[in-house]
Amino acid sequence: MQLTLEFGGGLELLCESVKIHNVNVDPAEDGGDKLTMKSLLAWVRTNLIKERPEMFMKGDSVRPGVLVLVNDCDWELSGQLDTTLEEKDVVVFISTLHGG
Amino acid sequence: MVSNGSESSRILNEIENLKSSKIEIERQISVLEAQLRDINGNKDHETNSNSTSPCSPLSNNGDLGFGHGLSPDMIYRYSRHLLLPSFGVQGQSSLLKTSILVVGAGGLGSPALLYLAACGVGRIGIVDHDIVELNNLHRQIIHSEAYIGQSKVESAAAACHSINSTVQIVEYKEALRTSNALEILGKYDIVVDATDNAPSRYLINDCCVVLGKPLVSGAAVGLEGQLTVYNYNGGPCYRCLFPTPPPTTACQRCSDSGVLGVVPGIIGCLQALEAIKVASGVGEPLSGRMLLFDALSARIRIVKIRGRSSQCEVCGESAAFTQQQFREFDYEKFTQSALSASPLKLKLLPAEARISSKEYNERIAKGEAHILVDVRPAHHYKIVSLPNSMNIPLANLEARLSELSTVLKKGEEQTGSGSAASLYVVCRRGNDSQRAVQYLHKMGFTSAKDIIGGIESWAHDVDSTFPTY
Repeated sequence: MQLTLEFGGGLELLCESVKIHNVNVDPAEDGGDKLTMKSLLAWVRTNLIKERPEMFMKGDSVRPGVLVLVNDCDWELSGQLDTTLEEKDVVVFISTLHGG
Repeated sequence: MVSNGSESSRILNEIENLKSSKIEIERQISVLEAQLRDINGNKDHETNSNSTSPCSPLSNNGDLGFGHGLSPDMIYRYSRHLLLPSFGVQGQSSLLKTSILVVGAGGLGSPALLYLAACGVGRIGIVDHDIVELNNLHRQIIHSEAYIGQSKVESAAAACHSINSTVQIVEYKEALRTSNALEILGKYDIVVDATDNAPSRYLINDCCVVLGKPLVSGAAVGLEGQLTVYNYNGGPCYRCLFPTPPPTTACQRCSDSGVLGVVPGIIGCLQALEAIKVASGVGEPLSGRMLLFDALSARIRIVKIRGRSSQCEVCGESAAFTQQQFREFDYEKFTQSALSASPLKLKLLPAEARISSKEYNERIAKGEAHILVDVRPAHHYKIVSLPNSMNIPLANLEARLSELSTVLKKGEEQTGSGSAASLYVVCRRGNDSQRAVQYLHKMGFTSAKDIIGGIESWAHDVDSTFPTY
């Protein structure tokens, strides 16, 4: 499944400072033809996060202070970890900023 | 350095003298300006003479009988607003009756305050406990060189006043705390969060929820910015989005990570815009949505965020967060970080594993054979570094240990005596150097010592001409 994954707010530093990743994730890993956010997170942690994974994840979800957007929409509105992804979806992981 | 000492102290003296005369002259000017304002004010306020208290109720005084309360001066000053069909007299009248509090007169607050003052917001409060520093000026455009060393609030108030003397400016030269926040925020209709740290953001949010005030929240670090309006029209509050504070290591600060000056400038301008929209009731404020700005790729993305959370501990249905609870809440403990963005000071090492910058300087003077490792990131090292140091960023230390062993061995051969060369570690402020020494001890480099306070202490205690950043 073709997906565009974007990292921002400093999270890109965990994946070699690359903000946009066009990836191909096999939904079969999820035991079916659907890919959930839960398994995408595990995939991202294994395949894209190169350092300090605790800065990205806590347990099986993202750490506090990270917003997850599926097609420009807060994942709270689509079921969080249970959100099912479709071909060409854009998933954004953004760390909240505090500076000014 | 020594031969220049007397010359530089003479110049420093002269600068000090000139600065104190400048402050005296500025004081005289502001006294005269105040007198002038009083004279003019009395003329304007002949029918309305009760506006002496700093937070008096807002009222327009130049009613011409057109029902909008705008004086001829106001009509002329704000004419381009009045000419906007969707804003017009109604929007401007609302602005003139609105009070807005801006917390933080830094990178975000600077443009926000300038626009809010210029556009005729009736009363503007400014909260900040900080003073203006030279390294603020590239982004905090409300301040000028003349105000270096003076209060940011005073500087910002003077700038606002010089743009629009008809706006009431209230100065709060103090940090916002649970003990003063209810009283200060309570006097305003809208709050603009232009602070730079996590505990302040939670504190301001909770206070706005308790008082029922809309909150225009902006943030910027590096080359990115974020903006949204919280606690407005049934929309979410900050805690609905971020119920649990992030780990402190995830909170980048401009003083560590850097910031391109114009980035907070853009977010601050957008904060002024959102505050103006909320104040005038014109347009659709950015509530329930968040604007994400990426300066490098020139992209602005506006995303839909969750609504008010029924489980929110502060604004949720069953939440009973009272003024009393707010006063007693420990925001520093909650976020594990200090309200004032003062740099962290770690103490990881025993005294015998550390030396002061002065002591290090004495050891160089004695010709002690040693290796100095600077563990700052490479782009920091490029700004300035101590002579004869080698740069191994902390993140690469593990991978470059063998390189370090080789260099140490070479140093040993040079001393000839067979005694090992000493190993010193330095960074910017003395935190990463301690982390590095702790790691080096574990890996068998037991003689490693860190220089207390980093190159900042070198600049402070040894060489005052050494640049700091």
